[in-house]
Amino acid sequence: MTSETGSRDERASGASRRSFLKSAAGVGVTMLAPGVVLYAAAPPAVAQRAGRPADSKIRWGLLVDLNKCPPGCDLCVTACADENGLHRPGAHESQWIRKVNVHDPKTDVRREVPVMCQHCAMPACVDVCPTGASFKRADGIVLVDRHICIGCRYCMMACPYQARSFVHEPQENQRPEVPRGVGTAEACSLCVHRIDAGRMPACVEACAARAGGAMVFGDLNDPSSAIAKAIGTHRATTIRADLGLDPAVHYLSL
Amino acid sequence: MPRAHYREIEADSGFVTLMLLFGLALAGGLLSSLYMRHYGHVVSGMGNQIVWGIPHVFAFFLIVSASGALNVASMASVFGRTTYKPLARLSGLLAIALLAGGLSILVLDLGRPERLTVAMTNFNFKSIFSWNINFYVGFLAIVAVYLFLQMARGLDRYVGIAGLVAFLWRLALTTATGSVLGFLAARQAYDAAIMAPLFIAMSLALGQAVFLVVVMAVCAGTGRPLDHALLHRMARLLAILLTATLYFAVVQHITNLYSPKRLAVERFLLVDGGIYTALLWIGYVGIGSLLPIGLGLCPAAGRSRPMILAAAVLAIIGGLCHLYVIIVGGQAFPLLLFPGMEVSSSFGDGMIGSYRPSLPELVLVAGGMSLTMLLTMFGMRLLPFVPMSFVDEATGAPAHAVTGEQAAGR
Repeated sequence: MTSETGSRDERASGASRRSFLKSAAGVGVTMLAPGVVLYAAAPPAVAQRAGRPADSKIRWGLLVDLNKCPPGCDLCVTACADENGLHRPGAHESQWIRKVNVHDPKTDVRREVPVMCQHCAMPACVDVCPTGASFKRADGIVLVDRHICIGCRYCMMACPYQARSFVHEPQENQRPEVPRGVGTAEACSLCVHRIDAGRMPACVEACAARAGGAMVFGDLNDPSSAIAKAIGTHRATTIRADLGLDPAVHYLSL
Repeated sequence: MPRAHYREIEADSGFVTLMLLFGLALAGGLLSSLYMRHYGHVVSGMGNQIVWGIPHVFAFFLIVSASGALNVASMASVFGRTTYKPLARLSGLLAIALLAGGLSILVLDLGRPERLTVAMTNFNFKSIFSWNINFYVGFLAIVAVYLFLQMARGLDRYVGIAGLVAFLWRLALTTATGSVLGFLAARQAYDAAIMAPLFIAMSLALGQAVFLVVVMAVCAGTGRPLDHALLHRMARLLAILLTATLYFAVVQHITNLYSPKRLAVERFLLVDGGIYTALLWIGYVGIGSLLPIGLGLCPAAGRSRPMILAAAVLAIIGGLCHLYVIIVGGQAFPLLLFPGMEVSSSFGDGMIGSYRPSLPELVLVAGGMSLTMLLTMFGMRLLPFVPMSFVDEATGAPAHAVTGEQAAGR
């Protein structure tokens, strides 16, 4: 009896546990599914193989899902600052990525939009730079050659996204991978040093690991990539699309 | 054929004192540039929102004035107004000096001024800024040749063609200078083809004004004659050129008012922009345009040298106000990233940018202006740029000569 009772209790207990696990799994899937649609489908590391030159068949880009970008979260901003040796925001400090609070007065909808260099296909900063210091890499990443930047700031006048900063003071304790020079212009490099090492940009990594996974990084030219699929499936938009600069940074629910 | 007689100016005590003063100011400008280079632009009033400030206002002013200062030489060589010819040499010298002063400010304000050679050897031909570098260097070379042909004996027949080349070149130069702002599609205050003709008109007017002030000061300071009829004609021309500039400015703003995406920036500049609105209406339209236009066209004022001088000085003040509103005011208004939305951020999004010129910037500006004056005075001391008498070489008739004291209005 005792053993039968015991085995019945165990079976009941096992059924209850299975039921609980099923329910928990169901709730978990329900809770997490929307959050993993974009990100989890992507190959884990979409950056290029280390040591390879930039490939003109690739165009690196970002997709930011604003529905998953938590209010008040600045993990992408701090990750960028830590990665690139930037100081905290100040009147003269560089900001390679910033969160812009956007409020629609007609609908009262509020968004926090991470804005960085949009790595345009037809970048105004590259067009106007007198020395060619602003340039676009074969894989679409827009960079500044700090050796021939004369610090005229014309690129800052030309950028519609206010994505460029000027290094106003001599820099100390710089990151070896990200040398910065006083008197030159700079902007988000899409963490080019990480991409060239086969890794993802710091903001994307931080967002995926500790926030809502709102950012997807990948090759816009590859139709099978998660970013290309998401942009194609959802109605992704770009900032100031009317200017025709063809930015590589896309947004969902902008 | 009788010719105007030229002679170098004397190095009297006034000349030496002025050279010393301007030399000190130039040294201050150089030190200021070194100071900004050492500590970075954090010591300037410029930041990541307003990236071009008072140095650029004065640099643009000097550069466009350089082109306009050549008006007198063009009138003589290109348009056959031979009465202007005695002043053509000074016109060329001033054009070179003004451009050198403007370029010195631009270069010394760079984040990395020591990389000037980089800018001279790395060209991005899609950049209008790069084109401008070529236009400026070309302008200096063309005007130098133009001056040489005017001053050399037996080469008079080439002066006309050199004058024509210089005239066309300066039109191209000011077109390119205006396009530095006109090609900026990102900013609502700029991004307009009318910037090119606006800057051409502005250059003609401001150059004329600067030339009037300089020629009156030189003749008064050295006791040389100055033909009053010629002076009066130049004052009337200044009024016409100021009217043309005002016309383009009015058309620019009216055009913008018809564009919904530019309404906000126009409201800012024309109505509630604080210092920028005041500078536009009071500084540019009132003091810098209507008043000098009235003085230049008024027959009574045209007979008075102090009035002509006042008209020129007011035009210069107005031009600087106008450039300040265009360059700094245009940047102060925030970029339109999200049309129709209210935006804010820690990087100045949605905010009117603040800018207060710092002392290093002002000293740098004084240095560049002083370089212009030093080069002009040094040139006049070294070579015969200034006429001793006014003779219309076409008719041989001596123009109505007036002494330096009369020139000063005394």
